[in-house]
Amino acid sequence: MSPLMTFRIAFKALGRNKLRTALTMLGMIIGVSAVITLVAMGNGATSVIEEQIKGAGTNMITVNSGNFTQGGARGGIGSAQTLTVDDADAIRNEVQGIQYMAAGVQNRYQVVAGNQNWFTRIQGTDVDLPLIRAWPTRIGSFFSAQDVASASKVAVLGSTVNTQLFGEGADPVGQIVRIRNQPFRVIGVLSSKGQGMGEDNDDQILVPYTTIQKKLMGITNIQNITISAASATETSKTADEIALVLRSRHQIIPGQDDDFMVRTQEEMADLRTQAMGTMTTLLAGIAGVSLIVGGIGIMNIMLVSVTERTREIGLRMAIGAKGRDVLLQFLVEAVTLSLLGGGVGIALGFGLAEGLNRWMSWPARVPPDAVAMAFGFAAATGIFFGFYPAQKAARLDPIDALRFE
Amino acid sequence: MPPVISIRNLVKTYIVGEVEVRALRGVSLDVEAGEFVAVTGPSGSGKSTLMHILGCLDRPTSGQYLLDGQDVSKMTRDQLAEVRNQKIGFVFQGFNLLSRTTALDNVELPLLYRARMRSSERHKMAMEALTEVGLDSRADHHPNQLSGGQQQRVAIARALITRPSILLADEPTGNLDTRTSIDVMGIFQKLNKERGITILLITHEHDIAEYGTRIISCRDGHIVSDQAVKHRRDAEDELRALPQEETVA
Repeated sequence: MSPLMTFRIAFKALGRNKLRTALTMLGMIIGVSAVITLVAMGNGATSVIEEQIKGAGTNMITVNSGNFTQGGARGGIGSAQTLTVDDADAIRNEVQGIQYMAAGVQNRYQVVAGNQNWFTRIQGTDVDLPLIRAWPTRIGSFFSAQDVASASKVAVLGSTVNTQLFGEGADPVGQIVRIRNQPFRVIGVLSSKGQGMGEDNDDQILVPYTTIQKKLMGITNIQNITISAASATETSKTADEIALVLRSRHQIIPGQDDDFMVRTQEEMADLRTQAMGTMTTLLAGIAGVSLIVGGIGIMNIMLVSVTERTREIGLRMAIGAKGRDVLLQFLVEAVTLSLLGGGVGIALGFGLAEGLNRWMSWPARVPPDAVAMAFGFAAATGIFFGFYPAQKAARLDPIDALRFE
Repeated sequence: MPPVISIRNLVKTYIVGEVEVRALRGVSLDVEAGEFVAVTGPSGSGKSTLMHILGCLDRPTSGQYLLDGQDVSKMTRDQLAEVRNQKIGFVFQGFNLLSRTTALDNVELPLLYRARMRSSERHKMAMEALTEVGLDSRADHHPNQLSGGQQQRVAIARALITRPSILLADEPTGNLDTRTSIDVMGIFQKLNKERGITILLITHEHDIAEYGTRIISCRDGHIVSDQAVKHRRDAEDELRALPQEETVA
């Protein structure tokens, strides 16, 4: 029998019981679309991270106080209060190859402007930050070294904050926003940096770090230092030197854990990409389990179908179908089921990814190899789970099959 | 010309659990081309087993079976499938048509298991076979839209399409009323007379057997009698004699 004919017969057989066919396919549809969507989410997130590194420049170094392990007690970024402005000055003076640096302190507060209010991140930083992150103001200007020295209550708004407090595209320069009941004068609005994986870069207010230290939090330490190395190629060497300076200043003896963390932008991105990759693999694996469940569903239905059509099989054998013809007929039916399910699943996966893009601001991108893989998996599932029922059909004795009631 | 069917000392023994069932105990038989042979016998006589072996659905335990001069008694499953496709046309008691499949597609079915053929050619042959049984006007009907007699005619057309050496009919009238039975037997007689098709009919009804030219009786795995039909029934005459209002086959 020609392959084309075999497929036609399979389609006909599947068309006879449309509801059953659709329900059987559902398992494959869910499995494939889940795999596609999750891989798309992971893939999109990874490429956003890659773009962020490019955007931020590869020469950025971040120093955070605290570390993941510290004397057995596991803390995390910001869990120690040992990083100071003096440390920052020491780094500036002792380490070669530093271009810009900015000390940072941050916290979240409710911000009030007129009758509007908004809960957002207040980022205390230094004048170099717009240079390090290539992030100019759209309206007005950034604060000056003088503002930092005198801990002035001035604020530079991220564009999301500006929209929330003053309206889309408004010019708030000169207006007053109140943070913890203290008036801050708006002197500028940052250009938009956009979304990045659930974290909105534009949803923050930049103030001098001295101001947040003294006027808002009442602390003297700092939480982090953002640094840009003069040369992109020497970044990791510079990072090592920074760590050395801090270790000697914090009197950390060899073998003891650091109470700070120095990370280059590249390392951070690598970490995030790795974490994202692990997560994607894990989730896709879980979704893959539903592919197996779908396959078992196909096997189940094919077994039922073989039993129901025993007389048909007997007749086909009587008029000349060989074992191979019968095997192929049922195998093709199972594969058709799984491939149709896979196809619909892929389409649904694309739809879900597009939906995530549009409504959830998650940059999901369906990679072409994931489509090929999902399709291949669907076909393999069909063959694997379809083989046993098909073989059962092919091994039927024509006489018994013809007599079957 | 050699006989279409030639069997010698055919033995078939089944093992059912611990018990040995000797269904055929040394049967010999020749069927010449153009004969219309009826095989009769009570259930358990071995006629079904004989028919399965003659139809190449089963292999004998021992003995020889020559079909068209070719020894088929030692063939493999796939080889037998090939022989069935090429040389044997089956007509069953239960019609065994594929449901939700048109009469035309049902008739075409055996050709699908042959070397590739244009679908237009297949259609043409199927239409010819349907015309031969007088059902060309119902080609696009599904089995559930046809009467029992019409369904059996479609099954006969399906058996004819491969131009088989022998037509094997297993209780073809078992599911049909008297009138329709006569009608179907008429088709067999016509095919036998006009086209010279060799027919082997299995039946337990003696009056149906009398439409053939020769009656073979089986009992306990042996052939107990083999004789020509003296007063052969003619389906066409009988149909004409039947009251007119019943002509709704």
